[in-house]
Amino acid sequence: MKTRGIVTGIVSNLVTVQVDGPVAENEICYIDLAGVKMMAEVIKVSGRNASVQVFESTRGLKNGDKVEFEGRMLEVTLGPGLLSSVYDGLQNDLTTMEGVFLKRGEYTKALNHEKLWDFTPLAKAGDKVIAADWLGEVKEGWLPHKIMVPFSFKGEYTVKSVKEAGQYNVDETIAVLVNEEGEDVPVTMTQKWPVKLAVKGYKEKPRPQKIMETGVRVIDTLNPIAEGGTGFIPGPFGCGKTVLQHAIAKQGDADVIVMAACGERANEVVEIFTEFPELIDPHTGRHLMERTTIICNTSNMPVAAREASVYTAMTICEYYRAMGLKCLLLADSTSRWAQALREMSNRMEELPGADAFPVDLSAIISNFYSRAGMVVLNNGKTGAVTFIGTVSPAGGNLKEPVTESTKKAARCFYALEQARADQKRYPAVNPIDSYSKYLEYPEIIEYLDKTIEKGWVDKVLNAKNIIRRGKESMEQINILGDDGVPMSYHVIYWKSELLDFTILQQDGFDPVDSLCPLERQKYMLDLVLEICGKDYEFEDYEQCRSFFKDIINDLKQMNYSEFHSEKFEEYLEKVKKLTDNGK
Amino acid sequence: MANKAYQKVYTKLEGITKATVSLRAAGVSNDELAVVGGRLAQVVRTKGDMVTLQVFSGTEGIPSNAEVCFLGEPPTLKVSEHLSGRFFDAYGHPIDGGPEIDGELRQIGGPSVNPYKRRQPSQLIPTGIAGIDLNNTLVSGQKIPFFADPDQPYNQVMADVALRADVDKIILGGMGLSNDDYLFFRHSFESAGALDKIICFINTTENPPVERLLIPDMALTAAEYFAVDKNEKVLVLLTDMTLYADALSIVSNRMDQIPSKDSMPGSLYSDLAKIYEKAVQLPTEGSITIIAVTTLNDGDITHAIPDNTGYITEGQLFLRADTDTGKVIIDPFRSLSRLKQLVQNKKTREDHSQVMNASVRLYADAQNAKTKLENGFDLSDYDHRCLAYAKDYARELLAIDVNISITEMLDTAWKLFAKHFTPAETGIKQTLIDKYWNGD
Repeated sequence: MKTRGIVTGIVSNLVTVQVDGPVAENEICYIDLAGVKMMAEVIKVSGRNASVQVFESTRGLKNGDKVEFEGRMLEVTLGPGLLSSVYDGLQNDLTTMEGVFLKRGEYTKALNHEKLWDFTPLAKAGDKVIAADWLGEVKEGWLPHKIMVPFSFKGEYTVKSVKEAGQYNVDETIAVLVNEEGEDVPVTMTQKWPVKLAVKGYKEKPRPQKIMETGVRVIDTLNPIAEGGTGFIPGPFGCGKTVLQHAIAKQGDADVIVMAACGERANEVVEIFTEFPELIDPHTGRHLMERTTIICNTSNMPVAAREASVYTAMTICEYYRAMGLKCLLLADSTSRWAQALREMSNRMEELPGADAFPVDLSAIISNFYSRAGMVVLNNGKTGAVTFIGTVSPAGGNLKEPVTESTKKAARCFYALEQARADQKRYPAVNPIDSYSKYLEYPEIIEYLDKTIEKGWVDKVLNAKNIIRRGKESMEQINILGDDGVPMSYHVIYWKSELLDFTILQQDGFDPVDSLCPLERQKYMLDLVLEICGKDYEFEDYEQCRSFFKDIINDLKQMNYSEFHSEKFEEYLEKVKKLTDNGK
Repeated sequence: MANKAYQKVYTKLEGITKATVSLRAAGVSNDELAVVGGRLAQVVRTKGDMVTLQVFSGTEGIPSNAEVCFLGEPPTLKVSEHLSGRFFDAYGHPIDGGPEIDGELRQIGGPSVNPYKRRQPSQLIPTGIAGIDLNNTLVSGQKIPFFADPDQPYNQVMADVALRADVDKIILGGMGLSNDDYLFFRHSFESAGALDKIICFINTTENPPVERLLIPDMALTAAEYFAVDKNEKVLVLLTDMTLYADALSIVSNRMDQIPSKDSMPGSLYSDLAKIYEKAVQLPTEGSITIIAVTTLNDGDITHAIPDNTGYITEGQLFLRADTDTGKVIIDPFRSLSRLKQLVQNKKTREDHSQVMNASVRLYADAQNAKTKLENGFDLSDYDHRCLAYAKDYARELLAIDVNISITEMLDTAWKLFAKHFTPAETGIKQTLIDKYWNGD
């Protein structure tokens, strides 16, 4: 028997419902508005009244309208066909909707139910299995998509039968399991999972063991993010948050990428639709779209679904992680999600925390970030969800609740800075404020020692130190004037500029420079540090400036040339000649 | 619609604030319109049988026994070709002395376009102003505000842009417009002979502030009619969005909502996004482009209104007075058009983006030279040349009174480069230098 209710109060998309039976926190209900069923979620219960947030516009809703509760939380459908899909925050397929405008109460299916998939069994009759164990496999594009024992299954099951290799659609029973009570349980290629709960179904969640390459120097070299790690990018508008995230999406070394456009501009998503199908994944040579799922809840779409969109995206990542794949989740921007929480908390007249955000904001954010991570599956294989979110701090001021809460939860901090953006020093990541906690992890240090070279982290720290000293020198020069400081200040300053222009800065629109593999990053850092390590004699600061400017120019040309190409070597020769005199 | 049969009339108000009234009523739907003591109002909250209405023209003089009747539907606009050339108030009633419009009744503030059905904007909107066309090229389907202090001539610039843009319809939404500015718009549209493609929704400073909340939705409902139904290129002008946001904060305050930053409602971002995101390039030829004005307080872009706006819009055009030339210029550093790369060098000459970057970079060098000068340091020869260039650049290209084609802008820039610099100092690609450098 479903619980029913009637609407008794409406403020914007917060609706109060008087119920006739039990309701659960986060339970889904449908409100009937003249035949249109609008989805809503319970966010508070007091006595017989449930407060629900409606995922649609409540225009025209009346007190007394009927509500039906579903007895389940907000769920997503998981199965082959998720990749290269475009969903809204509630996992409705946007591509199959009719008409130019979004229609209220129009919900479309997440997966194609006609399409046949090439199925290969992995388990056999008699096998003992538990939730998330692999029963079979289909090819989704080039990825082996595992068909698993649904995550919601509790206890141990025995495989009674598995379909033989062949073509099946997602609704056909591909295996029959027997539970501990001896009952048959059919399994299809799809399963459902409530998005607000983390998918478990793995053996353990160890500390991250390696780094995830992004091809962006200021990340990989200076502040690397671990596979299964977390990071965030705060920055005022116009500093290139979205450009940086798109670069990571295009180049990140991951099997699956889920992009959640959460409360941002629709035209940015259109850019992804337009560009991604054309672009090639540098790691596999396949079309980028084949490994990408887009969750799109732009700023003009219903506010409540913004919150749902990041959870939907995370659940899809966790699903692929359970197949032993490396997933990358990018959410732009988590501030919009926090603002959606604020709007609801406000309408419920809760006592506000800082800047009118709900008091549990910090807990909600860290809980979400904790869902990322590397896991060891039941079969010993590993999978990972790496999460990078952007934050849009009000007024560009990093001392605001969302940035501060996120800083506590995320391990990498890529601070975009207005001053750098104004000087067109892109990516505008502030080299001094930004950090990666992973550089302190013994596991990561060991990994870098092994894969790049022994003592790599010391080199990175040395580079950071050069930048820090350069900044100090620049401040002195600005106060005392070019002539007011000793020559060495100019040299220190220009060495930091050299690092800035050739390592930190990167042309995201240049076909060669935009993607810099680790091997090349090491080569360039070695070269630049070698130049910085030498002492040079100058007669005056003008000579010092032009000396370094010439080197910068040649090194930049190297960045623009194919690695070890003729041109590359030509510029290298020039640099060598220029720096020969140094001691 | 105000005289439906068997309408229930309520006569007992339980509460009155400056912007809202509340009363007990049944069968009321959310967002529905009502008439309170002869004034238009809209349902903003129901709680049990208690209904709160926002009264658009304010509640001054409304007694607690005022007559209230509900109209059963949200605000609407009648749309048809007859809208062209007409001036309306915030409710869509003519204020130009002409007849009421016949047409299809549409609810304002309708649903959003499915993002998957959008197309990438790709059509250039030339304005003749080099600070826009050269440095911050506009594209149809874009949304972009002018950020300007109240003393800047932003309405004049906007009228110029609108009249020069190659569009089928221009729809002006005026919020808190001074009567002088309203007459200015009216006069410039008339004297340009463009009245047949203009539609205006006007709320002046003489009208009550809460009425302003209807203006953007009215203007955009008309815009969607022409863009979606008629496949036309529509340009929507919204001035001044700061006054719109102020009206939002008045209502939320009267409803006892907890304010967030700068006493703005917590939903400011969503409220503004709902308006700006109506800008769209449709799969058909139709498009809606939005140019808005956000007035600033002494250039402060960290205030909640410009800050939230900046996160929503695709760039901003920053007006400021240039002390060197005494002209109002479009600040090349703080202005940005996020969509410019979609048309530069594609719909314009091949040297566009390189010339733009070089000219701004050199202008930045001039600013550094200026700082040096102010701090009493010696200037080099290069510094002096930069300063001379900056003056020419501001006068001949950045000033808002420039009106030339993009090709002429590029040629002017090359002329200034040759006058003040060596080719190497511009840092432009050699192939372009060979082709366009003007050494005479």
